[in-house]
Amino acid sequence: MMSYGNGMTMVEKIFAARVEQDRLSPGDLVNVKVDLALGNDITAPVAIKEFKRFGLDRVFDPEKIVLVPDHFTPNKDIAAAEQALVLRRFAEDYGLKYYFEVGRMGIEHALLPEQGLVRPGMIIIGADSHTCTYGAIGAFATGVGSTDLAAAMASGEAWFKVPPTIRFEYSGHLPEWVSGKDLILLTIGDIGVDGARYRAMEFAGTAIDTLPMDGRLTMANMAIEAGGKCGYMQPDQITFDYLEGRVAQAYTSVYSDQDAVYEKRYTYDVSNLEPQVAFPPSPDNVYPVSEAKGVKLDQVVIGSCTNGRIDDLRAAASVIRGRKIKKGLRLLVIPATQQIYRQAMDEGLLADFIDAEAAVSTPTCGPCLGGHMGILARGERALATTNRNFVGRMGHPESEVFLSSPAVAAASAVAGTIVHPGEVLS
Amino acid sequence: MILQGRIWLFGDNIDTDAIIAARYLSTTEPRELAAHLMEDIKPDFPGLVQNGDIIVAGNNFGCGSSREHAPLAIKGAGISCVIARSFARIFYRNSINIGLPILECDEDLSGLRAGEDQLKVNFDLGTITHLQSGREYQAAPFPPFMQELISRGGLVEYVKARLEGC
Ligand code: SF4
Repeated sequence: MMSYGNGMTMVEKIFAARVEQDRLSPGDLVNVKVDLALGNDITAPVAIKEFKRFGLDRVFDPEKIVLVPDHFTPNKDIAAAEQALVLRRFAEDYGLKYYFEVGRMGIEHALLPEQGLVRPGMIIIGADSHTCTYGAIGAFATGVGSTDLAAAMASGEAWFKVPPTIRFEYSGHLPEWVSGKDLILLTIGDIGVDGARYRAMEFAGTAIDTLPMDGRLTMANMAIEAGGKCGYMQPDQITFDYLEGRVAQAYTSVYSDQDAVYEKRYTYDVSNLEPQVAFPPSPDNVYPVSEAKGVKLDQVVIGSCTNGRIDDLRAAASVIRGRKIKKGLRLLVIPATQQIYRQAMDEGLLADFIDAEAAVSTPTCGPCLGGHMGILARGERALATTNRNFVGRMGHPESEVFLSSPAVAAASAVAGTIVHPGEVLS
Repeated sequence: MILQGRIWLFGDNIDTDAIIAARYLSTTEPRELAAHLMEDIKPDFPGLVQNGDIIVAGNNFGCGSSREHAPLAIKGAGISCVIARSFARIFYRNSINIGLPILECDEDLSGLRAGEDQLKVNFDLGTITHLQSGREYQAAPFPPFMQELISRGGLVEYVKARLEGC
């Protein structure tokens, strides 16, 4: 243990309040009521199959279960259609309030915060590893499996081991073209894909204080890529402004004590940080963009639960506006929700992309997991704003995926090779 | 519980996309999933693996997505247990929840011969015995709460019992 304080971190306090104890420490096992349980078209069918084993004619609370068909939708084939049907039927049969059909949906982790379903202090589980995204709003949120989801749908409860917390402090202010994505890539590159295994990651510092909510969501989203159980920012004015107009219910923000005990601390001065790029085949294989310069690309994807929000599309459009993408390269732009899609349309961003000869798609996970809508052939290379670049993640096992921010992705689509946005604009 | 089987070796950070690629996720049938187990990193694996075999891996086994299809595919292939230096947390959770025995063992097993050497695993004691040499390794025992989960037959049975108040 590095610190000798006696206080508790935000996550410890959220759990302690729930089990009505004054104090909890890392390693303690708790069984708690969850405030929200989430599933998608890949994980929910397995959960629903398991749920049936309970033989119940009701779920624990039809207003606390969220089902979003987003991975293989709009249905990519017959098998995907059948899986989506399982969700739709279940939502109807059990009267679920939050089932989001194609046309109203979005990628789950962009959708839930946008729809005001996430509030500070909540405990949220999702049968999807990127459920950790909601930590950006000061909730405890973590990915679980389908059986956990089934049990939570039946009982409203889930078991947890209270995680130790690691504090990440980013001092200084972000240079132009450097974003939340670059901070989290830098961090994963530094600590590795298991650097925060089983741990909570607390993000703080002056660069976080001024980071807009979309950038915070991007960072918390990728906590899992460092093995983290959750990643979070403590609520502040940026959080409250984001929640204004989205959330009607009262909520209680929870904060780490001044003398909270952290397992470890990392500090980064980010004032001179370059945009970062993760090379295949792992999100911790990270280099500054200058060292990726010249890598030739076949496809660029801007979207996903990591970087498909409005700020991401704005950043990409500001680079691409008035330019054409490189001949021979495909650019796919996928707004993460219907609302983002609509807003991008109103702001003229979609026109910028289409004029640049990009393909713009309805919200879907699609290519992010090699599902559909942009699969790579053998030997092809993509740059994506997504979160994983494992072997075969976006298609053929011999294809390659690089990861970056939307600005770098847009600039690289214009250049045809990986490049700093500043170079395309000058 | 005691298990015995032939081993297969895998390295560090074996992710869930490597265990079962997303293109096969439109089924939840363990045997169908098993036909593509580890396909992208070891294409001949589904053909080699036999009932009762044991997977031995390095650090952070099962990192990446939350897909329960990964432990399901492993179970569907007849793998009797997975031993790794460490597991990614969702994979660990999922395996216990579906009743796939897994063990964390910090000792270096990477020198064993894949497809040949046999291990005998005693879950009650947390011991792993290399049959060819008789050498014994120690694994971390399960915390009592998880032992209860497993002895009840997984999470669904455990919660069912709680809901029924017994
Ligand atoms: S966009 Fe990608 S990472 Fe996010 S939920 Fe969809 S498949 Fe998972």
